[in-house]
Amino acid sequence: MNTIEMKDIHFSYTEKEEILKGINITIDERSTAIIGQNGAGKTTFVKLLKGLLRPNSGKILLNGTDIADMTVAALAKDIGLIFQNPNDQIFKNTVLSEVMFGPLQMGMSKAQAEESARKALEMVGLMNMEKINPYDLGLSDRKLVSIAAIVAMDTKVIIFDEPTIAQDYMGKERIKKIMKDLRAQGKIVISILHDMDFVAETFERAIVFAKGNVLLDGDVKTVFSQKDVLEEAYLEQPSTAKLCHELGYGEIFLTPEEFIAMKQKEA
Amino acid sequence: MAEIKVENLKYRYPYTEKLALDGITCEIKQGEFIGVIGKNGSGKSTFCQALTGLVPTFYRGAYGGKVFIDEIEVKNVEVDDLCQKVGIVFQNPFNQVTGSKLTVYEEIAFGLENFGIERSQMRKRIDESLALLDIAKYKDRAPFDLSGGQMQRMAIASIIAMEPEIIILDEPTSQLDPQGSEEVFQAVQKLSQKGITVIMVEHKIEKIAAYSDRVMLLDDGKLVDFDIPQKVFSRTDLEEHGVVPPTYTRIGKALNLRVSETDTYPVTLQEAEQLLAHRQE
Repeated sequence: MNTIEMKDIHFSYTEKEEILKGINITIDERSTAIIGQNGAGKTTFVKLLKGLLRPNSGKILLNGTDIADMTVAALAKDIGLIFQNPNDQIFKNTVLSEVMFGPLQMGMSKAQAEESARKALEMVGLMNMEKINPYDLGLSDRKLVSIAAIVAMDTKVIIFDEPTIAQDYMGKERIKKIMKDLRAQGKIVISILHDMDFVAETFERAIVFAKGNVLLDGDVKTVFSQKDVLEEAYLEQPSTAKLCHELGYGEIFLTPEEFIAMKQKEA
Repeated sequence: MAEIKVENLKYRYPYTEKLALDGITCEIKQGEFIGVIGKNGSGKSTFCQALTGLVPTFYRGAYGGKVFIDEIEVKNVEVDDLCQKVGIVFQNPFNQVTGSKLTVYEEIAFGLENFGIERSQMRKRIDESLALLDIAKYKDRAPFDLSGGQMQRMAIASIIAMEPEIIILDEPTSQLDPQGSEEVFQAVQKLSQKGITVIMVEHKIEKIAAYSDRVMLLDDGKLVDFDIPQKVFSRTDLEEHGVVPPTYTRIGKALNLRVSETDTYPVTLQEAEQLLAHRQE
């Protein structure tokens, strides 16, 4: 089982302001959503995991090994990050060469890299698009290219930074499925998100960041039950949970499907 | 104050075969809050560009039909003649920021300087828009040092400061946290209550349902529906057009909850809550 342990992580960009103020978390196989206000420290947290930033103090252990001694290049084989905006990530002129780039950098042979890339493209549903320039694709498909490019590297950990931005309903459904498939393969799936309904529908665990601290950490149902604490972190409950709260229910439901099933059973 | 009239608008981008806009006819009254929905590629952003005149004066391509802002026909004037009347907030703030200004304050001043607004008036407008978007504390920061969410709010502030009569927002809250996006919807609603016409493209369907006076549903460049949110979201064929109705409408459909005033399913939290609470009694 893969794990990431963060032990008392402190980080600041400037001397004046501490961004992370002693984070203690163990990330396990549960799919995990990182939520919190803009500026709460979510992206900083992810950059620390990737080794792009190094903590001022504290340790990060990947399957028991301290990543402080690992280079960014070495870490890239274990931890993949999908950028928020695919345009910041994509730079090759065909879909296939874009998705092969990571595996080649990791030292795979051309044949291995191509096989890995084709498998990743199949997983995200972009077969037969190998020769297209990624910038000739719509934003939804271009996002899938950026996801496939990381999936092809077969890392133990895959981090998504706000994957649902600019995605329509179909796009979100596809991303949801990819995340669940990766989870089923035993990978650690972590995502920063602002879309609470998507978190409720897709993830097992939610960690709430607020002002550099972990405010809440638990299974999504427990976290989303705590309306007042969420509001303190400038967040809100998912739509269905809001309805349960307004109706004065003791228990919340996370999705309209769960709510409807409960109501139909009641009737 | 401005009204919009669109008559059989058709448009095709250069070097493409398909119409991006295909026969759109509609009228939008002054001060209305219009939500524009539809799947990616349905024509939402192109429709926005057609209201600003960037389609066809900047983007060229094949153009048919007419767009009027009050009595002005959009394709007959230069974009700079329209931009005092129509402001647009782009989907990606990176595409909007000038890149030549060193602070947020100067960035917001840029449009006003170009309009030749008098200095004290300019300061007043900048302070108001900084306050409205809650970014006064970042006014001395470099625009590119802002987070995605902060930059998005700066982009909105820079348009609001120009005091357009029509404001068009293309997914303005995509990078904002829940509270930040609620604040933007509230700020924009205030503008519409002041008589400014608002056209907003958004995928956040629950918010569109709660804030829009009318919802425009586009698919494949065509105007499928343009009505109050309750009517549009109660359509049985919505998902065929690539849009999923708000959570409260989905629950309403499954449990057969009807709002009697509109003879539709509920679309907002309040409507669903009232109907369910009533049923419990």
